[in-house]
Amino acid sequence: MRAPAHPSSALEGRALDGLVLVALFLAAWQGLHAYVGDSALTSPLQTLLYAASLAGRPTFWEHVRATLIAFGCAVALSIALGIVLGVVLGARRFAGDVAEPILVALYTIPKITLYPLMLLVFGLGLSAKVAFGVIHGVIPIILFALNAVKNIDPVLVRSARVMRLTPWQTAATVLAPAVMPELVTGVRVGFSLTMLGVLIGEMFASQRGLGFLIINGISLHNVRMTTAVILIIVVFAIAANGALLALDRRVHHAR
Amino acid sequence: MSRTAAVAWTRAAVIVGAVVLVELLCHSGVIDPLTLIPPSEMALALADLVASGRIADDIVQTFSTVATAFALSVAAGFLAGALLHALPRVRRAVDPLLASYYAIPFFVFYPLLIALFGLNTIPLVVIGFVFATAAMVISTLNGLDRVPPVLVKAARMLHLSPARTILLVTLPAAAPYLFTGLKLALAYSFIGVIAGEFILSGGGLGFSIAFAYTNFDNRTMYALMLFVLAVATVMNMGLHVWEQRLLRRRARA
Repeated sequence: MRAPAHPSSALEGRALDGLVLVALFLAAWQGLHAYVGDSALTSPLQTLLYAASLAGRPTFWEHVRATLIAFGCAVALSIALGIVLGVVLGARRFAGDVAEPILVALYTIPKITLYPLMLLVFGLGLSAKVAFGVIHGVIPIILFALNAVKNIDPVLVRSARVMRLTPWQTAATVLAPAVMPELVTGVRVGFSLTMLGVLIGEMFASQRGLGFLIINGISLHNVRMTTAVILIIVVFAIAANGALLALDRRVHHAR
Repeated sequence: MSRTAAVAWTRAAVIVGAVVLVELLCHSGVIDPLTLIPPSEMALALADLVASGRIADDIVQTFSTVATAFALSVAAGFLAGALLHALPRVRRAVDPLLASYYAIPFFVFYPLLIALFGLNTIPLVVIGFVFATAAMVISTLNGLDRVPPVLVKAARMLHLSPARTILLVTLPAAAPYLFTGLKLALAYSFIGVIAGEFILSGGGLGFSIAFAYTNFDNRTMYALMLFVLAVATVMNMGLHVWEQRLLRRRARA
């Protein structure tokens, strides 16, 4: 592959690629719509118009608010818990070696089967949604933080000691920058999975939130509603991930 | 005692200790039996369920769905990965798609899939397939990227035909990454199918768990949860052991 001559033309090329991808996707959607009809999938234009009309309804914003509150709590908890546990397990090598395979095993099990347990423990409502988001999102953050701390170059720690930095200075100027790139990657993965967990949580036992609107749309045969809400969620997910990915690339590149 | 042995024993002790702790908390009444039944009772309930044959149909349905989704996703993911590797221009274009693929909460599509295909196993296969394929594509690309150029050059010097180059050089060199892809695709198709069954379906293990939950049948629910978690754990551990063995053989070669 030839290196692009100008950075600006590379950027233009990427923007063009993105447009082509979106156009292909819309064409496939339109084709699928033409094939299955209105009762199963609304067309892109209809969906966009309906999504715009949803934005004018106060009841819709209540559902958005419910989802955002649950998601915000779940992300904050996942990140805080994940980083604390990951750093502790990474610093204590024996504990880390004991815990890592258990965490990897927990990561690959279908956590959705634990949903009834979450409901029985936390009851219906916000706390169950948050807990469900946290059990999805916290494990990747722990694993990334654990490996980041475990793999800190010992030379860095030794040079900090040679320079007689205080523990706080060491943490702030040496350790934090060293683990930051991996932490950002972990937070990005955890962010997506937390969102997945919260939405799944809303799809069952909840009367509010975007996940509820999707399931409700299906049981009321309101395909327009379901398609529009899915579109909104997917656009939000891709935009948030894009921003985190840009941050991710920047911190990895800075090293 | 060597360090690895100490780690393994501690890990076993932690797991056993956690189970015993839950057992004790349940028996002492700290944990309400309506919330959680003791692990020993879960195991007994599971033994009863298996002996009665009531869950045989669900097991067959879930695993055949998982197997279909897994096989399709591995085949499609490998082909797509190989194709993208051969076409760098296209690959550059779809790269952002692959990078944000798992940011999309795919289960929100499941109700739509039911509207498209009806309430049968097709939406389940599709959701498992969609969830698992990208992992296989990414692993295939990783594997093909890491085939050492010197091996390809050696194959050219030996005048191997393209088919023999792929069979004797490329595939074995990419094997560990392809194996990671298989492992992820299996875990993801399992998660996808169980989750779909749980959300909305007419049968299978996920459905039975949701059904037991709505009927307050805690014994059956926890027995089935134990079963699903045990199967997933055994499956992942088996693949992990196999992978380690493959890697060791490679290191020796």
